[in-house]
Amino acid sequence: MSAAALETRGLCKSFGALTVADDINFRLETGARHALIGPNGAGKTTFVNMLTGALPPSSGRIVLGGEDITAMGQAKRVKRGLGRTFQINALFRRLAVIDNVALAVAERRGVARRMLRAASTHADVCAESMDLLATLGLAEDASVRIVDLPYGKQRLVEIAIALGLKPRVLLLDEPAAGVPSLESHRILQVLDNLPKHIAILIIEHDMDLVFRFARRITVMVQGEVLVEGPPEEIAKDRRVHQVYLGEQHHG
Amino acid sequence: MEAFFASLVSVAFHGAALGMILYVISVGLSVTMGLMGFANLAHGVFAMAGGYVLTTAISRFGVPFPLALVLAFAFVAAASVVLERLLYSRLYAASDLEQVLFTIGLIFIAVAVARFIYGTLQQPVALPDYLKGQFPLLGRDFPAYRVFIIVFSAVMVALLWFGVERTRWGAMVRATVDNRAMAQSVGINTKRLFTLTFALGSGLAGLGGGLGAEIIAIQPSYPFENLVYFLVVVSVGGLGSLRGPFVAALLIGIADTACKYWLPQYGAFPIYVATIAILLWRPSGLFGRHA
Amino acid sequence: MSAHAGGYSADPRIRWIESLPWIVAIVAFFALPEYLSLGARILIYILYALSLDLIVGYAGIITLGHSAYFGLGAYVAGILAAKAGIGDPVVQLGAASVLLEIANKATTLTGGADGLSGVVVAPILGLFRFDIFGKTAYLYCLLVLLLGWWLVRKMIYSPFGTSLTGVRENSLRMHAIGAPVYWRLVLVYTLSATIAGAAGGLITQTNQFVGLNVLSFESAGELLVMLILGGVGRIYGAFVGPVVYLIAQDFLAKQFPEYWYFGIGTMLVLVVMFARGGILGILDGALVKLRGRP
Repeated sequence: MSAAALETRGLCKSFGALTVADDINFRLETGARHALIGPNGAGKTTFVNMLTGALPPSSGRIVLGGEDITAMGQAKRVKRGLGRTFQINALFRRLAVIDNVALAVAERRGVARRMLRAASTHADVCAESMDLLATLGLAEDASVRIVDLPYGKQRLVEIAIALGLKPRVLLLDEPAAGVPSLESHRILQVLDNLPKHIAILIIEHDMDLVFRFARRITVMVQGEVLVEGPPEEIAKDRRVHQVYLGEQHHG
Repeated sequence: MEAFFASLVSVAFHGAALGMILYVISVGLSVTMGLMGFANLAHGVFAMAGGYVLTTAISRFGVPFPLALVLAFAFVAAASVVLERLLYSRLYAASDLEQVLFTIGLIFIAVAVARFIYGTLQQPVALPDYLKGQFPLLGRDFPAYRVFIIVFSAVMVALLWFGVERTRWGAMVRATVDNRAMAQSVGINTKRLFTLTFALGSGLAGLGGGLGAEIIAIQPSYPFENLVYFLVVVSVGGLGSLRGPFVAALLIGIADTACKYWLPQYGAFPIYVATIAILLWRPSGLFGRHA
Repeated sequence: MSAHAGGYSADPRIRWIESLPWIVAIVAFFALPEYLSLGARILIYILYALSLDLIVGYAGIITLGHSAYFGLGAYVAGILAAKAGIGDPVVQLGAASVLLEIANKATTLTGGADGLSGVVVAPILGLFRFDIFGKTAYLYCLLVLLLGWWLVRKMIYSPFGTSLTGVRENSLRMHAIGAPVYWRLVLVYTLSATIAGAAGGLITQTNQFVGLNVLSFESAGELLVMLILGGVGRIYGAFVGPVVYLIAQDFLAKQFPEYWYFGIGTMLVLVVMFARGGILGILDGALVKLRGRP
C-alpha cells in the first residue's frame, strides 16, 4: 500500500476532563476528495487545528506523505505542502486581493524576505498570483481591498491564498460558510476545478455541497470517528441518520 | 547581627506598607485590563487625583482625615464614571495603539491641569495627631501611620476579595473576565458591569493615592513617574487576577525598599531586570492564565 | 492613494510630490538661517519617527520602548527588544527603563542626571567642521535623513515590507502561509532600532550633549505623539508630525508649559476619537471630498 497523503494514528486531544478528539485513525489518499462531517461540537475544527499544527495533540501521531510531522511547527508543515483555509475569513483586510495571494506565493517561492527590489518588480510572483486569481474568476478584483469586496468573493480569496502555497494536501474548513446557497455553486465550481493531484479534506455543513463534491465521507461524533465510507453508504447508514442527518431533518 | 535583624524587620515593614499602597492602586488596573481588555495607561491619574483630593480636603477645608479618605474614593470613582461613559467606552473595540494614545493624552491633560492648579511642588500631607508618632509592637517602635496603612489596606483587600468571591457582582466579573461573549449571552449587562467595575477600580486607585500620599509624593508628573510601577505590578501579577497583583505588589514594595536601603547606587535597576526576567520566563505573569 | 502602502501592485517610482519635503528643507536652509538648530532637530526627529513608523505603522506593533534605541545605537538592542517585547509594551518599557537606569547609574561614564557634556565631534570625513551657526549640522542631518528615507521607502515597497503589512493585518494567517513571523519582526526591529540609533547619534553630534531625557518614557511617548499626529503607516506622516509638533513646541512650550501639555493631551484624545489617520489622513479625506469620489 502506498503512503497516504496524510494520515493520523491514535490522535487524541483533551482539555482537562473534556476529550474533544478520541483515538482518531484517519487516512487521506493522494488526490482524495474527502469530506469530514458531524454535528456542531463534534471536534472537526479541533482535528483540523491539530493537523495544521495550531494545536498540539495530547497523544498520537500525524504523518504527512510518509513523514512524521507531529512535533513540527506550522511554518514547516506549510513548506511540506499542507495548506488550509479558515472557517471565518482570515484575510489581510486592508490589503488588495492581489497582495493577499502574492504574500502566500512569495512565501512559497522564498522571496518574501527580500527588501532591495520593489515587490511589483518580482514579475514571477505577480504573474503567478494573477493567473491564480484568473482561474478563480477574481482577475477583475485584483486591486480591490478585501474590506471593499463582497463576502462571497472573500470566500474565494480565502481559497486562493491556500492555493498560492501549491499544497499537496488542502484542508478546507467550511469554504461555503455564510455564503447564500445561490452563490455556493460558484464555490463548488471552483472546488471541482482544483488540480486533481491535490488531496482535499473538506469540512462542511452544506450537505448538498458535501454529497456532490466528496467521494469519501468520514462522520465524526463527540470526538470520535463514527463511520467512514463512500457517499452512498453514508447516506444509507442508520447511525448517521440518527446522530446527524436526523438532526437536520427534524431539528 | 542584632543591627542586621533590625534593618531586616524595618525593610520588610516599610516594604509591606509600600506594597499595600501599590496593590490598592493597581488592582483596579489589573481588573480593567483583564475585564475590558483596555490598556489604561492613565490609571495613575486616578491615584494622583485621589492624592490631591485628600491633601486639599485636609489643608484647605479642614476635613478630618478619615472623611478625606472617603472623599478621595468617592470623588475619583464619580469622576471616572463620567470619563468611562463619555470617552473610554467608545474605545473598547479600538486597537491597542489607539487605547495607548488616548490614555497618554489623558495623562498629558491631567499633568497640565494639576500643574495649573497646584504648581509643581509636592503636596504636604497633614496627618492627624493619632496617626503621628510611633506604635510599639513586640518591643519595637513602628511609625504609626505605616501601621495604619498596612492594617487599613488589609481590611480593604479582605473586603474586596470577599466581594469578588461571594457576591453576585463578583461572580459576574469573574464570568466576564473568563468569557465575555458567553457572559453576554447568559444575560449579564456587561456595559453596566464595566462602568461599575471601572468606577470601583478607579475609586480604589484614588483611595490608594490619598492613603499613600506620604510615601509616593503627590506632584504633577505622578502619573508618568509611577506608571512603570503600576504596570509592573499588573504584568508580573497577571492580568485580570486579584491575588497575582497582591503578591507582585508586596514583592515589588519589599524589593524596592530593600534596594533603596542596601543598594542605593543601583536605584530601581534590579527591579526592572527582575521584571524583564520574570516576563521572559512567564509572559502572562506569575499568576496569569495562558493567553 | 497618497498613503504609501507598498504591495505587489504598487508603483514604486518616486512621484514629483515626494520632492516637496526636500525642497522645503533646502528653502528653509537659505531663508531661515536663525532657525537652523531647530531645523536640524526637526530633521532628526523625522528620521526617528520614520524608524518608529516601520514598527507601529507597517508591522502594526505598539511599542513604548523606542527611546531605548534612540539612546543607544542598536543592533544588539534590536535583538534584545524583539526577543523581550513582541506584543508586550510593558517589557519594552522595561527595556527602555533598564537602559535609562544603566545610564543613570553609570555616572562616571555618562555624567548621570547632569548629562554628558563635552562630546567632541570630529569634522565629518575630516573635512567639514561643525560651525556655531549649525549650517554643517543641518546639512549633515538632511543627508542622513535622505539616506534613511531612501532605505525605509525601498523597504516598504519590497516583498519584505508587504509581508510586514501582512503581519499587521493578520498575523494568524501569516503563520498559516508559513511565514516565520517572529524572525520577520526581529529583522524589522533591528532595522528600525539601527535607524533610531542613528537618529540618537545625530542628536548627540549636533547638540554635543546627551541628556538622560532622550531615554525616558516621556520621550518615547512624545515620539509616538508626533507620528500619530502626522499619520501612521504612510511614510510622510513621519515628516509632517515632527514639523508641526516641534515648531509648536518651540513657540508655545517655553512660555506656557501647562497649556502646551494640555494642548498635546487634548490633541491626542481628539485624534484618536475623530481623526485616526492624523493630519495626512484628514488631507486625504478632504481631497476625496473635493474630487467628489475616491
